[in-house]
This record gives sequence, C-alpha cells and structure tokens, in this order.
Amino acid sequence: MSTTLSTPPGIGREDLARLAEHWDEPRSLRAWFTTVDHKKIGRRYLVTAAFFFVLAGLSALVMRTQLARPESGVLSPQEYNQLFTMHGTAMIFLFATPMLFGFGNFLVPLMIGSRDMAFPRLNAFGYWVFLFAGLFMWASLPFGAAPNNGWFAYAPLNQDQHNPGLHMDVYALGLLFLGISTTSGAINFIVTALKLRAPGMSLNRVPLFVWAIVATAFMVVFALPALNTDNALLFLDRRFDTHFFDPGGGGNVLLWQHLFWIFGHPDVYIIVMPGLGIVSAVLPAFTRRGVVGYPLIVLAIVAISIVSFGVWVHHMFATGLPQLSYSFFSAASTIITIPSGIQIFAWLATMMLGRLVLRAPLLFVIGFIVTFVLGGFTGAMFALTAFDQQVTDSYFVVAHFHYVLLGGALFPILAGIYFWLPKITGRMYHEGLGRWAFWLVFTGMHVTFFPMHLYGLFGMPRRVYTYRSDLGWDVGNLISSIGSYVLALGLLLVLIGVVHAIRRGRPAGPDPWEGDSLEWSAASPPEAYNFPVIPCVHSLHPTWDERTVESTTTGATKDRILSEGKRTLFTSELDARPERAAPMPEPSFKPLVLAGVLLVFFTALLLGAYPVAVAAVLAVAATIAAWLWPPRRPDEEIGIAS
Amino acid sequence: MTDRGGVVAAATGVEALTTEEPVGRPTGWWGMVMFVATEATLFACLLGSYFYLRFQHGPSWPPEGIDKPKLLIPLVMTGVLVPSSLPVVWAEHGIRRGQPWRLRAGLAATLVMGLSFMALLVIEYQDDLQHFTMTTNVYGSLFYVITGFHGLHVSVGLMMIGWLLAASLRGGSFGSHRHERVRNAAIYWHFVDTVWVAILFTIYLSPRL
Repeated sequence: MSTTLSTPPGIGREDLARLAEHWDEPRSLRAWFTTVDHKKIGRRYLVTAAFFFVLAGLSALVMRTQLARPESGVLSPQEYNQLFTMHGTAMIFLFATPMLFGFGNFLVPLMIGSRDMAFPRLNAFGYWVFLFAGLFMWASLPFGAAPNNGWFAYAPLNQDQHNPGLHMDVYALGLLFLGISTTSGAINFIVTALKLRAPGMSLNRVPLFVWAIVATAFMVVFALPALNTDNALLFLDRRFDTHFFDPGGGGNVLLWQHLFWIFGHPDVYIIVMPGLGIVSAVLPAFTRRGVVGYPLIVLAIVAISIVSFGVWVHHMFATGLPQLSYSFFSAASTIITIPSGIQIFAWLATMMLGRLVLRAPLLFVIGFIVTFVLGGFTGAMFALTAFDQQVTDSYFVVAHFHYVLLGGALFPILAGIYFWLPKITGRMYHEGLGRWAFWLVFTGMHVTFFPMHLYGLFGMPRRVYTYRSDLGWDVGNLISSIGSYVLALGLLLVLIGVVHAIRRGRPAGPDPWEGDSLEWSAASPPEAYNFPVIPCVHSLHPTWDERTVESTTTGATKDRILSEGKRTLFTSELDARPERAAPMPEPSFKPLVLAGVLLVFFTALLLGAYPVAVAAVLAVAATIAAWLWPPRRPDEEIGIAS
Repeated sequence: MTDRGGVVAAATGVEALTTEEPVGRPTGWWGMVMFVATEATLFACLLGSYFYLRFQHGPSWPPEGIDKPKLLIPLVMTGVLVPSSLPVVWAEHGIRRGQPWRLRAGLAATLVMGLSFMALLVIEYQDDLQHFTMTTNVYGSLFYVITGFHGLHVSVGLMMIGWLLAASLRGGSFGSHRHERVRNAAIYWHFVDTVWVAILFTIYLSPRL
C-alpha cells in the first residue's frame, strides 16, 4: 500500500476517504482468498505463470544436459518423453498465455481508465482455475504419469492401445480444465474493453496494448473450442472406447491434427500478439513519441487475428493432403507475413524518428525485433511446401519456433517486467542488473538456438532422447547446451533483479518513465480504486495531454469521482459516451469454491471415480446458482407494475 | 449481501431509478453473447468433425449394418424444442413491462416443452441403442456424442429456466428495471434451440441425402 496521497485539486478529502472505504480490502487471510481486485489477481497470474516457467525451464535444462553429449544417460527415454512434453505444454499453456493475461489483468483496467474488470469475480475464478489446472498437470510428473506424447499429442500415438497409463488423460483433462480459465479470461477482456473505457476513449484512442489483448481474446473465443473438442474426443476415445481417431472403427487420425492446428495456429498469435502489444506500449516511453502508424498497426492486429485462422494446414504439409490445399495454405501463410511486417516497420520508424532512451526495457524490445525477425524469416521459408517437407520434424523446426516464441513472447514479457515493475511494486529496478540480464539472455538465446538450424539441416530429428556420435551433431549440441546455461543465468538475474527491486529498490513515483498511457497517471502501486477521478480522455496519449490531465484535477466532476458505493463507469462500445455508473461486486469465496469443485471433478474423471465426478457436477451447478441468485429488492425498485 | 455504504440507498434514489433501466447494452449481455459465440464454435467443430469423418469414411454412410436414421421422433423433437423459444420471448417482454405473471407463465411453458424434448431424446436413444452404441463404430460415436452433447446443453438451459422460475416465484427478483438475468438466459435458450436445427440437418437429414 502506498502512503496517502496529497489531495489532488478537484477532489475532496471526504471523497478519497469514501473511495478507500468502499474499495480497500483488509489485509487478512480471508481477504487473500476472496479478493476480486484485478491488480492482485494480475500479480498472482504473473507470479504463478513465472513459477510454471521455472519448472518448464528446468525441464529444458535437464534435457539440454542429456543432449550435451552423444549417448549420455542422464535421462531414460521415458523420462525424456515426459520432460519434453511437459516443457512444451507448460511453456505454451501455463506460462506464455497466462503471463500475458497477467499483464492484461493488471494493465487493461488501468490503461482504459476503469476501476476494475467487467466481471471481477469471474476474474478471480479464472485465476484459481489456472492455478489448479497447472498444479493438476505438473503433479503428474512425480508419479511418472506426465503427458509423454509431445505438446501436440498426435494420434494415433495418443490412443490408449499405443500409450497406456494416465499420461494422455492428464493432458486431455488438464487442458480442458485450463480452457475454462482461458475462455472466461478472454470474455472478460473483451467486455471490459468494450464497456468500461473512460469517457472519451473512442476506439481510435484505445492503447495498442489493449487492442492486442482484445484481438487475442477474440482468437481465444473462436480457436479454443477446437482444442477443447479435440481433447474431449480424445478422452472419450481413451476411456469410453469411441472411435474418433481410431481407423479400426472408421475414425481418422488426421482429424486430431486438423482440430489441433485449427486451434494451434491462432494460438501462435494468441501467444505473440500480446507480446507485440507490449512492444507498442513500451516504445513511446523510450522514443519520446507515439508509435508511428497507429491505424495501420490496429489494422494489422485485426488482419492477423482473422488470417491466422486460415493457415493451419502449413503444420500438416507432410501429411499427404491434396496438392491444391497445400497451394492455398501456402499462399495464406505467405500473406500473413504482410501485417506482421507492417508492425515491424512501424516500430523501426518509431525508433528512427524518436529520441532513444536506452534503458533495459528498450534493450529487450530491440532484442525482440532482432530475434523475432529471424524467426519470421525461417517462418516464411516454411510457408513454401517443398522446403517444409524437407526439414519437417528436424531441429530446424525447433530452432524456428524458439526464435518466434522467445522472440515474440519472452523478450516482450521481460521488457514488460522491467517497464511495469515500478507501477506494480512502486519500486525501481537496478539498471545495471537489468542490462547484464539482457545481454546474458540475448547471448544465451542465440547460442542455444542458432546452432539448431544447422544440425537440423544436417538431419537431426527432434524429440530424440539421444544420438550417436558419428553423425556430426556433437559440437552443435554441446554449444546449444552451453548456451542454455547462459540463458538460464540471464533469467536468474531477471529474478534477482525483481526481488532486489521489491526489497531494496528506490520508490518509483507514479510516472518514472513519463509514459503516455493512463496507467502512468495512477499511483504506484495504484490505489484499490485505481483512479480517484476517472479521467475524460481527449487523445491517444492521455498522460501527455493537458486536457485529459485537467479532467482529473481542476476539471473533476462528481459523475467521474463516484465515491458513493463501489462503482465504476460504463460507456458506449464505440465512442465511449458515458452511460451509467454501475456497482461492482464485493469480495467473495464463491470463485475459489467453484474452482475447487471443478478440480474435484477433473481429478475424479482422471482417476475413474465417476460417481464423485457426477456429485461434483451437481456441486458446480449449485455453486453457480447461488453465485448468480438475484438479491431480493422491493417491488418499486425492480419495477413491478401494480 | 450486506448493505455497505448505502449502495441500496444510492440505487433507489430518484436519479438511480430513472437511469437504472439499462442504458446501452449491459456487460452481462456481452458476456453471454461471447459465451454463446465460443459454444457455437464448439458445435461447429463437432459438426465439422462429423462431415470430415463421414467423407473420409467411404461411400456407405451410415456404415453397413446400421439403418438410415428414422425421422419421426426427431421431427417431433424439433416441433417441441424450436417453438419453445416463443414463450421465453413472451416472458421477457412481459417482465420488461413489469408483469411477473407473464414471466412465470412463459418460463413454465418453456420448462414443460424442454422437458418433453428431453423425454423424447430418451425414447429415441432407447430405440437406437438396440441397433448400435457409442462403441460400435465411428458413426455411433458421432451420433451419441453430438446428440448427447446437445442434450447436455438443453439440460443446462433447463436449469437456467428453472432457476429463473424459482427466483421469480420468490418475488423481488425481476421487474422492468431488473431483467438482465432473464435476457441472458433467454439468449442461451435461443442458442440451444438454433443449434438443434443444425444437428437435425447433420445427424438425421444429411445421411438420407
């Protein structure tokens, strides 16, 4: 908690006291379990996703240790299978998306000038489900029952007769469980961005980061059902002897791949898009100007989120589909590089036209551009069917997608951590530590993954637990393993930097970077109610804009202070005209209870305790019914005709 | 819920009463529409899988040994389910005018029609199960999983309708100023109805083409 602010002009002491009374949550164990504050939930998302990142990263280090030398025996093949599957699955589903959702949770209400998300309790529920689903999946590893089929879990290897045990049941159920969290979070982002923007923030004044989060959320809404269908059918095949992926019963193994990649390719952008949004949010503060080509970037974001649904077959160029479909998807995959390219050139132009302030966040942004462009370059190569068929399932692919994902998600995430740490914690990080971390991460990343292009081209297949020494892959693998330790060291320095900032950092003040978006006009860390006065937005860079600033000080009006009750302002979807002040919910145990009951449900399904699962479903229905039960009000108030 | 800081007082003042009648679309409406959108995509994936597996399967569909689906019961089911949206619409319009009796009567009618649909589904299953089951072949898997998944959605919709009915019978829940929950449940119910038409075409009519 920050110390009490001096009263800004335009808002009285009584108003501040009333806001604090309605919004502040006590510091108690009960409050910890019942909170609906988007900032606390956002922080939890960040910390929990970072924890899963550490687990998935350690899995990768163990694998690199195994692969450092030919025919080494650090891991058995079975252990290796589980580790590489958990590494991929956790990095994609338990780290990248939730981490970016964590940023979104913390930042979207602050950036749009709201006091919370549209559905605060649903937000809390989404976090608990994410936590439980992550623990559900990782808990299988000590039992030797972790998923072992690769993160995309191809049929027929995922079928019971080829892969007995609980491994792929954990995968199917864990991802279905997690999907509840991702979907509810996505819907929450969309509605928040549509209805809760500060007055005056019409669509052409919405920060690029928020555009990116909303586009991501739309992709989640339309892509995740394909993965959920896939996993539900897989579980039915494994447990209840249906035949969806079983050619013996008339099913088809390629159905798995189609559904998986109809989800999977949009998912690449679900991961990368918020990262690109972070870049667009970081750049103005370190180039001292707005991002060049705002409308073009918005159009690029929207175009990518639509076209990404039409390129999935480029993951299946080696499956023997008709030639015509290859041509179509090859063309679509080539087209999607255009909007991505527009964004890259817009950022380069911003840096060229602006005055660079070379601090750690900007270093990571530059690292992002270099790495992501290299990954995009090999990506354009894969769009060509002939080349793809040549290198499919080799380490070249591993190199490509690590360039894209570390470049497109990890570097922006690290930039975001350094950039918003002062806002989240109220403390400044140590710049020297940040720079060291950047150079170690950047060097480690390229030393690890660049050689993979080469030994991939020399024929090393992915997903092998070891290799013979006469194949000429020894040196490359050793270099990669050394690089991975450097990368890990750099990431350790990031962690040390964060802990150091929280413990020893100097107070940051509300706006250490002189940033342009609204979160920099709130306190650091923000008050429970975010803004004493909800601003009236007059431009795309509200914190740089005097009229917007004035609207929260001398120009403050009662309808934007809203100190009577726990309320925030709803505005119209396109033009953000004020509609009404709406009450926001109080803290509640119900989100935690509902997530807990769902955990019981999925665990019961996994262990085959179906009566328990049925009981859990009834408990879920009862909890939701109680959650939404309307409070009883007098007839005049609800409007009953007499 | 306890009344902290005069929330009720704030919501019952003259200003609140004149402005409470939702101005613009409420957040709940958007939330439900997005939820229905993601659910509809789920059904699209299932029905897409049906056609994919069907056309990959070969010429005979349903596979040898299974008759083409009979149409009588499914058509009756359609006749029961699709019109069941009308009482919901009527009920919703009623509560918007502050007439709780219309809400109750409309919901009760829909509840009866929805339950009849579920009863017909059970009868339909009893007949089908004598010929093939979910494990017979991929046709059986698709048939039971898709219709069962839809049946599940109808059940959820019926729970919503029943829940609304219970809340409206208690009184003090809905009126011309407070009907967001009615509207949201209605959207879900219309969705469940509409999807059934797609299922009717896919599961029952398309194998006869």
